[in-house]
Amino acid sequence: MSYFGSQLSPGVAGNQLWALIYISIIFAGVSVAVMAMNWLERKALAHFQVRLGPMRVGPHGLLQPIADALKLLLKEDIIPAEADQFVFWIAPLIGLLASFTVYTVVPFGPSQAVSDMNIGILFMLGVSSLGVLGIVMAGWASNSHYPLIGALRSSAQMVSYEVAMGLAVVSAILMTSLNESGTGTLSMIEIVRAQQQQGIWFIFKFFPLGLIAFVIFAIAMVAETNRAPFDLAEAESELTAGFHTEYSGLRWSLFMLAEYAAMIAVSSIAVTLWLGGWMRPFPNALSAPAWEFLFSLFPALTFGGLAGIGFLGAARMPSHSFFKIQRAGLAVFAALLGLLALLLLVIAIAGRNADNSIAARFREGIDYVYWFVLKVAVFMYLFIWYRATWPRYRFDQLMKIGWKVMLPISLGVLIVTAIVGVIVK
Amino acid sequence: MSVPTKPEPANALTNEVSNLDLATSEKPYLDSNELVINMGPQHPATHGVLRVILKLDGEKVLGTECVIGYLHRGVEKIAENRTYTMFNPYVDRMDYVAAVSNGLGYCEAVEKLLNVEAPPRAKYIRVILTELNRIASHQLWLGTHALDIGAMTPLFYTFRDREEILKIFEKYCGARLTTHAFRIGGCQYETYAGFEKEVENYLAFLPPKIDEYEALLTGNRIWLERTKNVGVISAADAIALGVTGPVLRASGVKWDLRKAQPYAAYSDFDFEIPTGKNGDTFDRYMVRMVEMRQSLRIIEQAVGRIPEGPIMAKVPKVIKPAVGEIYHSIEAPKGELGYFIVSDGSTQPYRVRVRPPSFVNLQALDIMVRGMLVADVVAVIGTLDIVLGEVDR
Repeated sequence: MSYFGSQLSPGVAGNQLWALIYISIIFAGVSVAVMAMNWLERKALAHFQVRLGPMRVGPHGLLQPIADALKLLLKEDIIPAEADQFVFWIAPLIGLLASFTVYTVVPFGPSQAVSDMNIGILFMLGVSSLGVLGIVMAGWASNSHYPLIGALRSSAQMVSYEVAMGLAVVSAILMTSLNESGTGTLSMIEIVRAQQQQGIWFIFKFFPLGLIAFVIFAIAMVAETNRAPFDLAEAESELTAGFHTEYSGLRWSLFMLAEYAAMIAVSSIAVTLWLGGWMRPFPNALSAPAWEFLFSLFPALTFGGLAGIGFLGAARMPSHSFFKIQRAGLAVFAALLGLLALLLLVIAIAGRNADNSIAARFREGIDYVYWFVLKVAVFMYLFIWYRATWPRYRFDQLMKIGWKVMLPISLGVLIVTAIVGVIVK
Repeated sequence: MSVPTKPEPANALTNEVSNLDLATSEKPYLDSNELVINMGPQHPATHGVLRVILKLDGEKVLGTECVIGYLHRGVEKIAENRTYTMFNPYVDRMDYVAAVSNGLGYCEAVEKLLNVEAPPRAKYIRVILTELNRIASHQLWLGTHALDIGAMTPLFYTFRDREEILKIFEKYCGARLTTHAFRIGGCQYETYAGFEKEVENYLAFLPPKIDEYEALLTGNRIWLERTKNVGVISAADAIALGVTGPVLRASGVKWDLRKAQPYAAYSDFDFEIPTGKNGDTFDRYMVRMVEMRQSLRIIEQAVGRIPEGPIMAKVPKVIKPAVGEIYHSIEAPKGELGYFIVSDGSTQPYRVRVRPPSFVNLQALDIMVRGMLVADVVAVIGTLDIVLGEVDR
């Protein structure tokens, strides 16, 4: 437990045990988040489209992701006879590996990260772009036309959007060098600290330069993760299912897991670079202990609110006997959320003093993770919203936007940011 | 080094019928630039069981070939073994999305053959139901077309609103899709109590919903990019290929059988024929959107003044037309739907030939997508608004 009071992430402190614990927590957390995201996507999309979404498995379909996961696990694993067996087998693993490795450097808090690398953002971009390898391999190994076209589209798309994305990231990194020390940083944790020092989220810095860079990144990241309206690689109406047409069962679910994990990963890059990472709103301006305490109540309030929605849903269930179990299930679920809210409340009150007690450390950690996850969740919701609203771009239009619109703009923003930065300094 | 040539294809179809010259002895099989893929018959965007053989250069379409017949049920042959009355429900199964129009065309053709005319009340009911069906057909087209282009949401909106039309059909004749609403000589049923009220409610209900579809699509940048200048067909080409309906009108030809050779009671109503300019997918979209509103206008005029009177003309119990032949066509939601009926004087037609709009319009697919991209093939299949039940019959 000697590590516990440390202000460093376990990777930096060299504590392998805690690094392993963090890795397990993050792995489990991301997997659960993917499941929750799956449920949320189906429900939110359904409500956008005047339908109900999953309603049968568990109250309001809450157990649907679990049922789906079980079904996928139990399904026959089909490898086409003409496929390149080894590559076919390894492709989803590469995608999964790439999107999960990224989480090593995602800073959920100043010490709530597996590790802090001095090239953190570079590492993230590099590793997350390896995901395309899995897609290309899947498309090639399937030995089928639709997956091949899907894979080619996907690789071209990812390569071209990475350029604009990279330039947008660079313009944010340039802003980190406006510290007192005058040195920029690539470390994810230091980037957030730089925003704290400068007292501004980089999205608002040099308005509108930061905003433009952020928007470029936000568009590129949708393209990067092959989501609507840039989901050409798996365009259902054109290529049946794109690169994973030939995949089924567990292997297919690995692709899906990788896709959602990658979505969370790129969102956390955006949050870290432009939206102040783990920081709560106004950490400098409203730094009085009273404000600190007020903001630390947010996690408890959120879960309390969710519990309230759960209870409301249980109360509003039809009185038919069919819904008896569903109502009970939903009530229990809401009660669990309520308990969690209560626990968070207790922690927030017990740790309200900024001493170095265990409760205070806990409270801080929860706050950091809460604000980070909340910001990422906004992006997750946006991903769903995009999908419900927009038609799909065509391949050449996608390329045109990538190279002829996004690249010049991000390059221009980069140059202007550099000039303004020099002038300000 | 000898380059392997393509082995004899097992399927004679691709070898003999094909006009794509998939492989010749001079042309090596291992051509790195070309890819031949089968789109369909099981494919999410082919609206049933259309099979399109695509020859691609990367994403670019070099040529297409449609293979049809997967849904062939021999409707025209069945007609030869049924009496005129017995065949009536079969026509509903051709374009099952616009069954009422099919029935109208068939009934009017046989009426012409018999030299009887439906009473005015029947004609008005026919117009109302047919125009409602046109709206329902366009709604289904819009939803699936938008889904093909990647917008999921309009599908659910259009199906929600189409439901109201189907409810009216269900109340009128008990069926929602294959209605068999009309009889030779008039209508099967008298309108139910509250029919006019419900139709009027629908007239008020739909316009905001059409605005809603347009809000999602018409001004949408991605939608514009995906539809403008995609699948362009010139008026001359469209006429040469026999293309009719909204596809023809979007190319700028003002040709609508409801105006050109009015049938039923269409000459009584005031409505406009929307036309496009460029003949691209966007114009076809706009033409159909305006057509929905124009259909509402027709219904509005018709429902206010349905004349009183009988709904059936005097038609003999056993329909036995004199020897002769007749061609009668109507403006179905998809284009000109024609029936050519030959009578040998018996109770069964000697031959029935249907001119289905989908079948003829489908011919235009090839010239519309040549040089475009794979994604456009899907968009163009959607914009042609084909129903495979009608193409294959």
